[in-house]
Amino acid sequence: MSQKNLALFLEKRKSAVVSKWFDEVAASYAPDAGQFLKKQQDPFSNPVGMSFRDGLSGLFDQVVHGIDREGALPFLDPLIRIRAVQAFTPSQAIAFIFSLKTVLRRNFGKEIYAQQLQEALVELESRIDTLGFLAFDLFMECREKIYQLKANTERNTIYRAFARAGLIKEDPEN
Amino acid sequence: MSDLPKSDEYFSQIDHKPPKLTGWMDTPINIRKGMYCYASNPKSVETLGLPYARPWNPLEDDWQLPENWQQIIHEGLKERLERFRSFKIFMDICVRCGACADKCHFFLGTGDPKNMPVLRAELLRSVYRNDFTAAGKILAKAGFGKQIGARPMTLDVLKEWWYYFFQCTECRRCSVFCPYGIDTAEITIIGRELLNLLGLNIDWIATPVANCYRTGNHLGIQPHAFKDMLEFFVDDIEEITGVRVDPQFNKKGADILFITPSGDVFADPGTYTCMGYMILFHFLKEKYGFDVTWSTYASEGGNFGFFTSHETMKRLNAKMYLEAKRLGVKWILGGECGHMWRVINQYMDTMNGPADFLEEPVSPITGTKFENAKSTKMVHIAEFTADLIKHGKLDLDVRRNDHLKVTFHDSCNPARGMGLLDEPRYVIKNVCNHFYEMPANTIREQTFCCGSGAGLNAGEDMELRMAGGLPRANAVKHVHKKHGVNMLACVCAIDRAVLPALMEYWVPEVDVTGLHELVANALILPGENDRETDLRGEPLPGTEDDTNE
Ligand code: SF4
Ligand code: SF4
Repeated sequence: MSQKNLALFLEKRKSAVVSKWFDEVAASYAPDAGQFLKKQQDPFSNPVGMSFRDGLSGLFDQVVHGIDREGALPFLDPLIRIRAVQAFTPSQAIAFIFSLKTVLRRNFGKEIYAQQLQEALVELESRIDTLGFLAFDLFMECREKIYQLKANTERNTIYRAFARAGLIKEDPEN
Repeated sequence: MSDLPKSDEYFSQIDHKPPKLTGWMDTPINIRKGMYCYASNPKSVETLGLPYARPWNPLEDDWQLPENWQQIIHEGLKERLERFRSFKIFMDICVRCGACADKCHFFLGTGDPKNMPVLRAELLRSVYRNDFTAAGKILAKAGFGKQIGARPMTLDVLKEWWYYFFQCTECRRCSVFCPYGIDTAEITIIGRELLNLLGLNIDWIATPVANCYRTGNHLGIQPHAFKDMLEFFVDDIEEITGVRVDPQFNKKGADILFITPSGDVFADPGTYTCMGYMILFHFLKEKYGFDVTWSTYASEGGNFGFFTSHETMKRLNAKMYLEAKRLGVKWILGGECGHMWRVINQYMDTMNGPADFLEEPVSPITGTKFENAKSTKMVHIAEFTADLIKHGKLDLDVRRNDHLKVTFHDSCNPARGMGLLDEPRYVIKNVCNHFYEMPANTIREQTFCCGSGAGLNAGEDMELRMAGGLPRANAVKHVHKKHGVNMLACVCAIDRAVLPALMEYWVPEVDVTGLHELVANALILPGENDRETDLRGEPLPGTEDDTNE
């Protein structure tokens, strides 16, 4: 029952939660960049910012209503894919997931406790952890993809074309 | 509640925030793996006759610089300020309005403020202010230089130049938004030239350029291998169409010399575009007696010299014209390439031109005069083919491209560098039934760069490439989701080389093609079989193996 009540409570505050969560993400960038991510609303002029707005909103629903891998991936994957090529350590790249906990407790903790929904909140927080695990898997997948691309790029396309033509011969000078 | 950790303390041991920006000059340079290309092989630097060839490593403190490096930079800067008026003006007139700040794909993708075009230029401008303006000189002496954005040339500044001038693809998107038309690409070009004076080049540029000198193309492929490759395509084309095409090589007195980037000959998926040219030329020869020759010597249209220095660019560009002269052709037809066209359009005339020994280009088939190639004598194949279609000269079966939902990426150089916007679209719409544009602020003059141009298409800088290509990929993803787009067409060999990796990372459902692969899929050759596959060997819609129909 209390799960349902917490879901109702949070749903009403969705835009405030998502917007504060977004601020946490923006704060992980240099101030000038963070400002820009918040301000520009065109999804093509601000692909990172708008991907996060969309993604966080979808992830919020997942956290509130229950997570399943298939449902979370379309929202989580684009975000982790971005973080995986930016200047972050692995923990920095996925830390934004866990900052939702702080956003919830800092801004709505009092009310949640007042309505005796704290147990439901703990349960909800474990969903955030699940999301964190998923994010870690995705991050690794992205990094592996990057390394694979690094190893295979240009050379591969060239060798493929040459191999098709039966022209592969080692050049002793190289 | 008060004992709860604040968000930023949440991981007290792991700092997930970058250092506060106290002003860009105080943000120290942090050279990160994956964001730069390897330093050049000293052998290539020597081949090019560039100074200070030596092994050095960007990650090490000591870059093995010549002792008087500051003096070399100062004099190099002075010389260029005198030589290039535009450069001097760009140094003086920026009002730091910030209109360009959020227009660079590298800023959008990395979130690094030093990738804002205004700051990229400021890296160099700050030294210019310090060394060359009266106010800068006086205030710098008094220790107030920083307040007017002036700073002396130090080792850290030099490293910052190297790092960020090789995080610019010279795409000119920023210049479209600058009220003064300041072209940060030109500033990057000068910045790279200055770095070259100290032997600080990257290998992905230096070695291809050195190869161009020696063997005529980036990959160092020798003339016989070039010919072997095209002959292999002849077999492939025969297998698919039943028609044996017969390309001409180094033919003296041919009407037209055809030059394309070597990537089309040697790297997938450019190879299919190359087969496309061959099929088109054969069709034109059979129907209209079109006389075109390939050259195994001028076997490279791409001009990586453009990413090195004005001199190197000039020397590579000259090769094409020397070959045209040697063969005695009337004019040059150029393949789908990016920077080849930027060099032709922007620099060729005052560099090696005008090419008076050639004729003003006229299509031998339609009689169209290619007015904008009047002086350079080199016609873009997209324009050439669009003209053929417009005059009804091609026999097309458009349904053969029905399995493709195509969008078009405007490559920066043909689009912004020469205004080639409508011709490729006209061609695509006439050879494909399904064409969808990406959003308006990501195409045509405002097109987003592939993120790997200007010599940055190496393997080791993959993070940079993926971040820089994000705005482009994001728009492709949009049309993929909305319209089911599965093919990204382009008219640039670097794009064909780099967009497949970009798509594989961001939108794996989308493949990459050149324009003339699409043309050749639709083009009906005289005497051909019923084709069962496209040029890639994939079953055509409506044929037996096609399970989708
Ligand atoms: S030329 Fe292109 S890559 Fe360079 S600063 Fe301008 S927008 Fe960025
Ligand atoms: S838009 Fe032009 S004037 Fe404004 S900051 Fe950029 S380069 Fe300077």
